[in-house]
Amino acid sequence: MNATPLQFRDPVLARSMAATLQRLVAQLDRPVAVMHVCGSHEQAIAKFGLRSAFPKALDVIMGPGCPVCVTDVPEVDEGVLLARQGVRIATYGDMLRVPGTVQSLADAQADGAKIDIIYSPRQAVEIARGTSEEVVLFASGFETTAVATAAVILDDPPPNFSVLSAHKYIPPVMEIVAEMPGSRIEGFLAAGHAAVITGSDVFEPFVERNGVPVVIAGFEPMDILAGLVELVELILAKTPKVVNAFPRCVTREGNLAAQEQLWRVFRQIGGRWRGIAHVPNGNLRLRDEFAHIDARKRFTIDLPSLWDFAPPALARQCICGDIMAGIRNPRDCRLFNKECTPENPIGACMVSNEGTCKIWHLYGGVPDLEASA
Amino acid sequence: MNRVALKQGGGGRAMRALIEKVFVRDFAALPFEGVGISAMDDGAAIRLGDEWLVITTDSHVIHPIFFPGGDIGRLSISGTVNDLAMMGATRVLGLTCSVILEEGFSLEWLEVVQRSMVEACVESSAPVVTGDTKVMGRGELDGIVINTTGIGLTRTLVRDNGLSAGDRIIVTGSIGEHGLAVMAARHGIDVDGKLVSDVAPMNSMIATIVDKATAMKDPTRGGVSSALHEMASKSGVGIVLDERSVPMTPAVRAVGELLGIDPLHVANEGKALIGVRAADAEEVVARLRMHPLGRNAAVIGTCVAERPGSIILDTGFGRRLLAEPEGEPLPRIC
Repeated sequence: MNATPLQFRDPVLARSMAATLQRLVAQLDRPVAVMHVCGSHEQAIAKFGLRSAFPKALDVIMGPGCPVCVTDVPEVDEGVLLARQGVRIATYGDMLRVPGTVQSLADAQADGAKIDIIYSPRQAVEIARGTSEEVVLFASGFETTAVATAAVILDDPPPNFSVLSAHKYIPPVMEIVAEMPGSRIEGFLAAGHAAVITGSDVFEPFVERNGVPVVIAGFEPMDILAGLVELVELILAKTPKVVNAFPRCVTREGNLAAQEQLWRVFRQIGGRWRGIAHVPNGNLRLRDEFAHIDARKRFTIDLPSLWDFAPPALARQCICGDIMAGIRNPRDCRLFNKECTPENPIGACMVSNEGTCKIWHLYGGVPDLEASA
Repeated sequence: MNRVALKQGGGGRAMRALIEKVFVRDFAALPFEGVGISAMDDGAAIRLGDEWLVITTDSHVIHPIFFPGGDIGRLSISGTVNDLAMMGATRVLGLTCSVILEEGFSLEWLEVVQRSMVEACVESSAPVVTGDTKVMGRGELDGIVINTTGIGLTRTLVRDNGLSAGDRIIVTGSIGEHGLAVMAARHGIDVDGKLVSDVAPMNSMIATIVDKATAMKDPTRGGVSSALHEMASKSGVGIVLDERSVPMTPAVRAVGELLGIDPLHVANEGKALIGVRAADAEEVVARLRMHPLGRNAAVIGTCVAERPGSIILDTGFGRRLLAEPEGEPLPRIC
């Protein structure tokens, strides 16, 4: 195993980059807000304490960048109902504790449902090959993970394997957030790994329509600082365009073979993102030719049977929606780190490793440490 | 019904809460003079003339019982000797050893474990003077549990609550090795044999600096983060931790990154965190480095008056608060 220090983690270089960012924001001479739409960005910002190095006038807001968090309640309910019907569910660990209307998958498991934690869709297929039971891959994630789901669907899975897709597609939700009333967002930091698949060109129509710059950035501290410098420069110059600040991985056209598989299997439909809004074209569902692998078509899922239950009182106080929309942050939530912890999550943002609340909890619960001491 | 959760034995916040709730209140109400259970320190101290008698106890449960760098035998002696040393009692008067075995446990293994215990006793000049053996039925226990209790004498009692603003924090060597070595052994992660537990009795090293220590703690379960949080909150200070000066081997760094586990949250079994006055820091580091266990000793932090109880992590890129782990990321490691 190679353990040489990472060249992207040079604090001296980082300080000079942070100074550049300070200077640019000072030139702007007014508060400015930008948004990233990726849990991995928030993860890196929190882990390295970058917020304390950002200029005070620069507000780096975390957007709806956690696929598990935006999985809507009815989608969780579908998984829970299938599990309660005796179908074996294979899903990612993060999905287990996301609250549904009545139960989470973890609750269903405690009641005896069969749920397997997997790390890749291939494992779900392997489980199906090893049993005669019906196995449903409850698949979540953005275009990055949807590609992996598409690959197993196209690779002749066994007849007892099907997919319940909760996959979501990022570009449309950026439109929603940019157009939200009262939105102060003047630029977006786009996720480098997703852009590896989609290419940087996918953001061109968005920039054209909204007149807001998009910078694609990687996940090392230097990547993020460099991305923000680029973004503020574009805001200063009033030249909205797409800039690829992650060229070591991202190309204009992206991974064409992966895109081909993605769109052969999935189509975009509108649907709710938990806490955000109805997002036109924001959900990825299986195309009709794959109906035999689509769990929604293969099984009867009686959602309304769950809907007589009122949400628990605590859940009503949860502000995950506002947090994911970038309007408020975990500090504004009266449940954060009190009733709501990773061991006992009330809202979805505390469940996933990419959820803003979980990340803030993990890294000390305070994002912008004043230069005390 | 409320039941005990694994994390409540993990050395973090959850365990402290359990101990405080269930054990401390009533035991602490019993008459006792000295440092007792309510201090929740590494051990207790009773005044004897102009010296302190320090007493501590520890039960050891680890899976697997043989791991790179040691086994449950070496661990059971080191753990107790180190707890005594952390209170200043570097001279061990005697140890007890109580072993509970599962029916069917390999006698050969037991002999290997016993030899490891003897080795660690020789290294720390700590005699086992009495013991107890029980065997439980198959499945009633997982292999072997070893409890050791130790007593030691010291003129200078060192507590974990003696830090004041301006003090420096020293760590005696590279961190995270025990926990990650056990984890790697459990999951079959191979790092070319470079990930080895640091388990060792530290009393001979600690004896060289005990006169200068304002506070001490060994960062076992919950790691450096948990131990520093406890020291900071008991002492009423904040600690600014300079992440880049925390010694760490490349193997620990790499495996931590790979598994997404912060080495600051991972157990050590042969490292100490030592608070010293700023003026003594250089000398203490120099003395520690003379000892084979202290060659990588380094100053890693400074105590401040602000934010008492908090650890402020300076990453080199910025600052954030270091979270206090709920429990060790991995159960049954020591």
